Amino acid sequence: MNILEVKDLRKTFATQIAVDQISFQLEKGSIFGLLGPNGAGKTTLIRMITGIFYPDAGEITFEGRPFDPMNDILRIGYMPEERGLYKKMKIGEQALYLAQLKGLSRSEALQRAKEWFVKFEMQSWWNKKVEDLSKGMGQKLQFVTTVMHEPRLIILDEPFSGLDPVNSNLIKDEIYSLARKGATIIFSTHRMEQVEEICDHIILMNRGQKILDGTVGGVKQQFKENLFRIGLERPLTEEDIKAAGASDAFAVVGRTDGQLVVKIAEGHRPNDVLSWFIQKGEGITSFVEILPSLNDIFIRLVEGTPLARQFQRL
Amino acid sequence: MSNNKIWLITRREYLTRVRNRTFLLSTFLFPLVIILFIAGSVMIATQTHTHHKIAVVDANGYFKDYLRSDSSLSFDFSPGIDTLNYAERGNTAVLIIPALPEDNVTIYRLKFKKQLGPAAKDDLENRVNNAITDHLIYEKTSISRIQLDTLRSQSKIAALRTFDDNDKKARASNQNAAGAIGYVCAILIYMLTFIYGAMVMRGVMEEKTNRIAEVVVSSVKPFQLMMGKITGIGAVGLTQFLLWIVLLVGLSLLAQAFIPPSVGKEIMQLQQANAMGNAGNAIKVSEGASKIYEFKSAMSAANLGLTIFCFLFYFIGGYLFYSALFAAIGSAVNEDPQEAQSLMMPVTLPIVFSFFVATVALQDPTGPLAVWASIIPFSSPIVMTGRIPFGVPGTVPWWQLGLSMVSLVAGFLATVWLAGKIYRTGILMYGKKPTWKTMWKWAFHK
Repeated sequence: MNILEVKDLRKTFATQIAVDQISFQLEKGSIFGLLGPNGAGKTTLIRMITGIFYPDAGEITFEGRPFDPMNDILRIGYMPEERGLYKKMKIGEQALYLAQLKGLSRSEALQRAKEWFVKFEMQSWWNKKVEDLSKGMGQKLQFVTTVMHEPRLIILDEPFSGLDPVNSNLIKDEIYSLARKGATIIFSTHRMEQVEEICDHIILMNRGQKILDGTVGGVKQQFKENLFRIGLERPLTEEDIKAAGASDAFAVVGRTDGQLVVKIAEGHRPNDVLSWFIQKGEGITSFVEILPSLNDIFIRLVEGTPLARQFQRL
Repeated sequence: MSNNKIWLITRREYLTRVRNRTFLLSTFLFPLVIILFIAGSVMIATQTHTHHKIAVVDANGYFKDYLRSDSSLSFDFSPGIDTLNYAERGNTAVLIIPALPEDNVTIYRLKFKKQLGPAAKDDLENRVNNAITDHLIYEKTSISRIQLDTLRSQSKIAALRTFDDNDKKARASNQNAAGAIGYVCAILIYMLTFIYGAMVMRGVMEEKTNRIAEVVVSSVKPFQLMMGKITGIGAVGLTQFLLWIVLLVGLSLLAQAFIPPSVGKEIMQLQQANAMGNAGNAIKVSEGASKIYEFKSAMSAANLGLTIFCFLFYFIGGYLFYSALFAAIGSAVNEDPQEAQSLMMPVTLPIVFSFFVATVALQDPTGPLAVWASIIPFSSPIVMTGRIPFGVPGTVPWWQLGLSMVSLVAGFLATVWLAGKIYRTGILMYGKKPTWKTMWKWAFHK
């Protein structure tokens, strides 16, 4: 079942089209990656899903019904990229306040806040003020306030920015655990490598448009270039292979760490490559397919644009 | 549900401010500042008149007998004084009075090295005219100089008391006291509008610059967030006002306990005399007693209940009217407080202007300026609260009060609506230098 369906969503501001005809579906319990460079329109899209902006055109369906911002936002948790807390307010009070704004009663909020504070080892912070917290501590508190009301859809915009590896892992584990319990997670970022690790499904946005949609594995299969890495007992160079009588099944395109990188020609299978080496009497120690990273795929998709050059530098 | 959210926000805004130590401090310091401000301006007004010594060159010869010197003006009739040497002899000015015919307006002149100022000039003119009158009375009648002086001093016994004749029973009214109360009310509304308006603006700026806004507007509508803040801070204002009333009542009870019994008895006598209709002209009482009596009767003439009710109404109405605009400004600016300064001009100008109008309106509370300024919502909170102590429906007819209240309600509904539209866009807009033009666009395009 889909928790969220977005159809032909469009939002324009005075000078530009921020979101242009975006459609996608989101399966319940999945972890969904919303990718794209800064300025691609991710935040505008999220703001429409969270009821902050009204779309100019298009439909949003939440849990099978047309999206009703007044009520449905109580079932959504949103941690914006631009996030902050009241500096002078005590942390416990702050958590209760934000949870109550999401519709919890004060006693429910108190009970859940205590559970989360124990889980994240934050009990001693209760009466401290936000201005006394480090940035990482503030991020943890922000995450807790986002999920305290047990939202069905959790939207995290760059959740790991400003977190050290220990706290990053803590939150990552919590994201998995929430998804296992049936929450759906939208994970918005411009850091492609984080998505490969966490997400089941991604869409890639650029300049307001959707340029890619699929599972992480599927997308990689779609963009794979039939590259394989072969480890051999006796290191061979390109010249050695030519001398042995090159095969039309593959071509050597490079060497990394003493291993050969080969590209399998159209109409041939990996077995053709392996059997050539076996026939030549070479011992094979490993044979691995090289799949493109999402970053590579993105660069290929926007090739030639200034944006691609920017991402190549990363 | 939505009301519940506004309530939650209101509660937070209220509690975080009221629990703060500065709230108590400012609650008790503010009346002190007001008292010092008023006392200071009264002091300056009464203490700054300087003594002028004026040389007189008189062609008639009789002014010497009739122009009297006192602490503010003294006259120098020493022989040989003229327009060339008056300054050397320690005079600020020289008065040249030519021979005055009886049936003609004649010009006399004053030359000075140092400006006299309008008050002293009026005083001088009065004294010269009185001198001429005295001289004529003395010349044309057989009255003696002593008799004339006696008559003058006796003729000062009448004191004007004014009565508001609009109710079934005419009520004593005291224009000066009403003016003073009106002035205090106008100053209070003026200052409170600024103080709480600025508080709303800072609160909105805090939410925007600390990036709390987007977290909160994913749970509530921007309009709810804005209204919650406005009502929360308004409630802080009302609490503060309530504490002031408690403070005032407490202090006046305390003061009453310190009034000596003899003075208390005199006040009672004055009240009885007034009730019988002979407003205290026969009873000789101490100055203290009559001052307290005047204050008390002014308080009752001002219809304290209605005055306080209207004060609250106009405080709330004016606060909503202006704080919504301050909220809109707060939502538009970025980190730079300079931006707020330049945007605030169009909002602070009408407030300052209203206060000027109020000071004029207090001199002429039924004039057209006073009437219209107390109906238009931009200025009505300050001007109307200044006029009301003069009496309803005497000075302020019921229709004016009604129209003014209705237009203030319409006014703040309009500014709240407008501010809501600006706020909704502004609160999530970063990095753009705001102008009123862009804010106008946010309000009226999508």
